[in-house]
Amino acid sequence: MLGFLFRRLGDIIPTFFGVTLLVFFLIRLIPGDPILMLAGERGVDAARYAELQAQYGFDQPIIVQYFDYLMGVFQGDLGKSFVTKKPVLDEFLVLFPATVELGLTGILFAVCFGVPFGVLAAINRGKWIDHLTMSVSLTGYSMPIFWWALLLIMFFSTTLGWTPVSGRLSVMYYIEPTTGFMLIDTLLSDEKGAFISALRHMILPTIALGTIPMAVIARMTRSSMLEVLGEEYIRVARAKGLSPLRVIMVHALRNALIPVITVIGLQVGVLLAGAILTETIFSWPGIGKWIIEAMNRRDYPTIQGGILMIAFLVMGVNLIVDLLYGVVNPRIRHKR
Amino acid sequence: MSENTTPSAAPAANVAEPMGAPPSPLRETWDYFRKNRGAYVGLIVIAIILFLALTAQWIAPYDPIAQDRTAFLKPPIWMDGADPRYILGTDAVGRDILSRLIHGAQLSVSIGVFVVILSMIAGIVLGMVAGYFRGWVEVGIMRLMDIMLALPSLIMALAIVAILGPGLENAMLAIAIVQLPHYVRLTRASVVSELNKEYVIASQIAGAGHVRQMFVNILPNCMAPLIVQGTLGISSAILDAAALGFLGLGAQPPLPEWGTMLSEAREFVGSAWWVITFPGLCILVTVLAFNLMGDGLRDALDPKMKR
Repeated sequence: MLGFLFRRLGDIIPTFFGVTLLVFFLIRLIPGDPILMLAGERGVDAARYAELQAQYGFDQPIIVQYFDYLMGVFQGDLGKSFVTKKPVLDEFLVLFPATVELGLTGILFAVCFGVPFGVLAAINRGKWIDHLTMSVSLTGYSMPIFWWALLLIMFFSTTLGWTPVSGRLSVMYYIEPTTGFMLIDTLLSDEKGAFISALRHMILPTIALGTIPMAVIARMTRSSMLEVLGEEYIRVARAKGLSPLRVIMVHALRNALIPVITVIGLQVGVLLAGAILTETIFSWPGIGKWIIEAMNRRDYPTIQGGILMIAFLVMGVNLIVDLLYGVVNPRIRHKR
Repeated sequence: MSENTTPSAAPAANVAEPMGAPPSPLRETWDYFRKNRGAYVGLIVIAIILFLALTAQWIAPYDPIAQDRTAFLKPPIWMDGADPRYILGTDAVGRDILSRLIHGAQLSVSIGVFVVILSMIAGIVLGMVAGYFRGWVEVGIMRLMDIMLALPSLIMALAIVAILGPGLENAMLAIAIVQLPHYVRLTRASVVSELNKEYVIASQIAGAGHVRQMFVNILPNCMAPLIVQGTLGISSAILDAAALGFLGLGAQPPLPEWGTMLSEAREFVGSAWWVITFPGLCILVTVLAFNLMGDGLRDALDPKMKR
């Protein structure tokens, strides 16, 4: 197991440096001088220009600049925002829980609906219920979620008035962030109704974000289930006279879920990309909305830092999923 | 086929005739494809969209950017208060939505096709070089692709647009770059599995040069998975371009790109459902059609699925 861990870590190191290199060059490939861009309309005199250049290290050779950047990254220094002048990492950490919260509820929604629908489709293979779930799944998979989110708002918020249009919490409440997760913070607070308000704010973004992963999980569960249902041990279990429900839920589903776990892990990238769109639409104060705002303001250190953190996140989760898979399935661990 | 069975017409070619002549590969693929109802529907929808895209100039009732100051936010004709001149209504500055949607089809189809062609050509060349020459070239190219895959596609596209600046051309280029790793990986994998086959060794002995080996001898045998990926690539290109347009980083107004239209329509979410519903529906239908066709093609072209 330890060997497997080191092998996977060894695979990830070149990618890590590659991503830092990519993000490092991001800011240097932009047409135009970053200092002049930073100075804005007013411009800057020669002395101040040299000073700023030295401050940002632009007067150094490019290799030295990259090395400095890398050292900064290792120490958690992602630079300072052009706009707020605050460290990028601090801003990221403040907003990150909101995105995690939305991502978790999104994936929970996707699993809670995707897995049962996949199982249902598999055990009714070829019947109308199979066709229906797979059609819904393919539609969900092709869904432009920014449109889907607007449709949900149009129907549930503005027409029926069931859910709020945007934000994380009604303005009636003020909750001091302790964990950063609104559902937990509101539960801990003694403001009555705050938790319900937070929950109501979560529903539509969760559905919007969870739809594509749900479709992917349903399809994966179905095909994995169909494969397992054809195995010998299922026939043995049936021959022993176990109830069909027990055969499906215990014998088949447990084994069918192994590839589904990988797919769930791979959805992290989809969720983060989806978070950019979902957060923008629902004014959800997370990192997705933050990056888009930074792009509109041309706040390059923020864009740079945000993208780097997202890449790390995706790489980290993929690594964990790989390791988990090695734990669940010894054949993977001992390969090579 | 029937003329082959008359022995007088081609006696020499008919030695194996009692076994039944195998159908041509194209014919066989088509037969499998046609049995898949979803794929067939997808193909028909794509044909309609292509027709709309190609004839947009003539069949769209109005100029997609012409503004009618007498008809702001008019609903579709089956609703109260509609303007009978505008079938699907008008947007906030009095532009005909139907005309914009038809011209949007033209934009989206060209985005999808252009992105895939660009990405596929570059991907095939890189993947072919990696798979054919192996060694450090392969390691270098494949590592680069791994790095590009470390970022979710939309975020990678955002990063590239941040460098190049917003706009339709830059968004297309960004999406083409984002899709590149898929084609590189597929090509390399196929090439590696072809490399030790007898026909490759035979033509090497016969003196075929590297370029001839790569692109004339090996490439045609690697095309099946690439065609499937290309079809699915069109749908993700359209979707990503619409998402970038929606975020204000892709096609800029007044271009009638569907995602850009949605972005302009966002503020009317509570008041004018038609400006929001129709562009998104167009995106969904188009993307769905290409996905259905891609799935059908995969089943038809994959030898493991046959039988």
